[in-house]
Amino acid sequence: MNDNNMHYCPGCSHGVVHKLVAEVIEEMGMADKAIGVSPVGCAVFAYNYIDIDWQEAAHGRAPALATGIKRTWPDRLVFTYQGDGDLACIGTCETIHALNRGENIVIIFVNNAIYGMTGGQMAPTTLIGQKTSTCPYGRDPEIHGYPLKMADIAAQLEGTCYVTRQSVESVASILKAKKALRKAFEASMAGKGSSLVEFVSTCNSGWKLTPAKANEWMKENMFPFYPKGDLKDTTNL
Amino acid sequence: MAEQKDVVLMKGNEAIAHAAIRCGCDGYFGYPITPQSEVIETLAELKPWETTGMQVVQAESELASIYMVYGAAGAGKRAMTSSSSPGIALMQEGITYMAGAEVPGVFVNVQRGGPGLGTIQPSQGDYFQATRGGGNGDYKVIVLAPSSVQEMADFVDLAFELAFKYRNPAMILSDGVIGQMMEKVVLPPIKPRRTDEEVIRECPWASTGKPKNRERVVITSLELKPEAMEKRNLALQEKYRKIQENEVRFEQQQMDDADYAIVAFGSAARIAEKSVEIAREHGIKVGLFRPITLFPFPEKQIAELSKKVKGILVAEINAGQMVQDVRLAVNGAVPVEQFGRLGGIVPDPEEIVEALKKLIK
Repeated sequence: MNDNNMHYCPGCSHGVVHKLVAEVIEEMGMADKAIGVSPVGCAVFAYNYIDIDWQEAAHGRAPALATGIKRTWPDRLVFTYQGDGDLACIGTCETIHALNRGENIVIIFVNNAIYGMTGGQMAPTTLIGQKTSTCPYGRDPEIHGYPLKMADIAAQLEGTCYVTRQSVESVASILKAKKALRKAFEASMAGKGSSLVEFVSTCNSGWKLTPAKANEWMKENMFPFYPKGDLKDTTNL
Repeated sequence: MAEQKDVVLMKGNEAIAHAAIRCGCDGYFGYPITPQSEVIETLAELKPWETTGMQVVQAESELASIYMVYGAAGAGKRAMTSSSSPGIALMQEGITYMAGAEVPGVFVNVQRGGPGLGTIQPSQGDYFQATRGGGNGDYKVIVLAPSSVQEMADFVDLAFELAFKYRNPAMILSDGVIGQMMEKVVLPPIKPRRTDEEVIRECPWASTGKPKNRERVVITSLELKPEAMEKRNLALQEKYRKIQENEVRFEQQQMDDADYAIVAFGSAARIAEKSVEIAREHGIKVGLFRPITLFPFPEKQIAELSKKVKGILVAEINAGQMVQDVRLAVNGAVPVEQFGRLGGIVPDPEEIVEALKKLIK
């Protein structure tokens, strides 16, 4: 991490996830070998904070960039950092196929069930009944369809070796999440295939809640629908 | 055997594949589409990952293909893709991102007729898309237009050289005629792939992993501050001016005594060669001017040409696209007419001669 001031809202999960990514890379001694791919959305400026080389992708295309990088630089630690709009909507195709090819990359997925940067619109992962600016009366499956469980899909793909769902709202969760992240990075360097590390996250600005209340809302509403824990682990790590 | 001259009979699409391996390409990322699927099929058969280490990936879509190129090229590697018109249309998002982020990838368009799904037969209907920048924003890609299987082979390395020289996407604008026809070709010399150390040394702008002693590299087209974004745009425009100044390529045939000129590129130029021959048999002193680079367009050379001839016929396999650039260059000095066929129909040399006769009247 560098000293740049973060643009994230107070209470947002991105800052903590950024710190974990930076710590794991540093502890693995991979800072000079890591290449990150940042998304479109709130984390577009991830490259301003984590002091490694980066490429910035178009909306949803990060896993394709990561494929191109990793295939031509196989000894580099290559990962994407994506939100739910990016990964689970416009980039579903790139996400599923990169994972299914078993690219030796890590996809970091911050799922806060809303479009943060564009100002609180419905995401593919928005929960039933959840209010956003494009479903102001709550997500109605008759009109909007159902929230998408990307990690569950990823776990079914032959190409993935590790799929896990984590969160960063408490010290215990953060410690677990860090271990999961490290396992994913190590699996990619060991050539075991693709990993998806989902962070069930808050967006207190988008949800229009205080940071503390957002954490409570996440625990009450997000965790039951997006249960935490490993969905798949064939890494033997 | 770097000097070995392999002379073979092959299709234009196959020549692209052979040339890619021979010129030290690091990765090909593509999606099948007629009439260019032989490119990826040939690569799959040749298995370069076992010899040079070149990666070949069949992507899930044209969009994914172009972004795989973005990723690899943004990390300093020689990466390319190929497709045909509707697939190239899909790639435009990635191409404008590459232009904005100054990423030097190569892509081949083996054109077919449009609009829409159109036809699988040849066309030159993507001239505007290629030369105007098919995506959003003010940008240009370098465009090379081969008119033979030999040039298909030769232009792969040239496209990479230009792309890296200017850190800009470069396109080979071919079509179904050149892609599918078989001709004798002298395969280009073998150039080894650059080592990782060479890539790091030659491409300090690339995201190759950040050593302690340098700033991090961020490959991006994003800049939210208008003043900084304008500056960046001006720098791009300056680069395009340099390309215009230094990289114009063209060929002339029988222009020395010509009263009239046919201007044509790619496969249309091959047909027009025959038209020139027929017209001269009929006593018409006509020559051929063939732009090889479509951006940069040989505008000065065509302006010069217009001082020597009484009229110009632009022959192209579309409804009239390059003719606009020719008219801009000629600026009313002499009459400029266009002849084209559409829908996948390739013009006959005689038809072009007829059009020339009309222009002379």
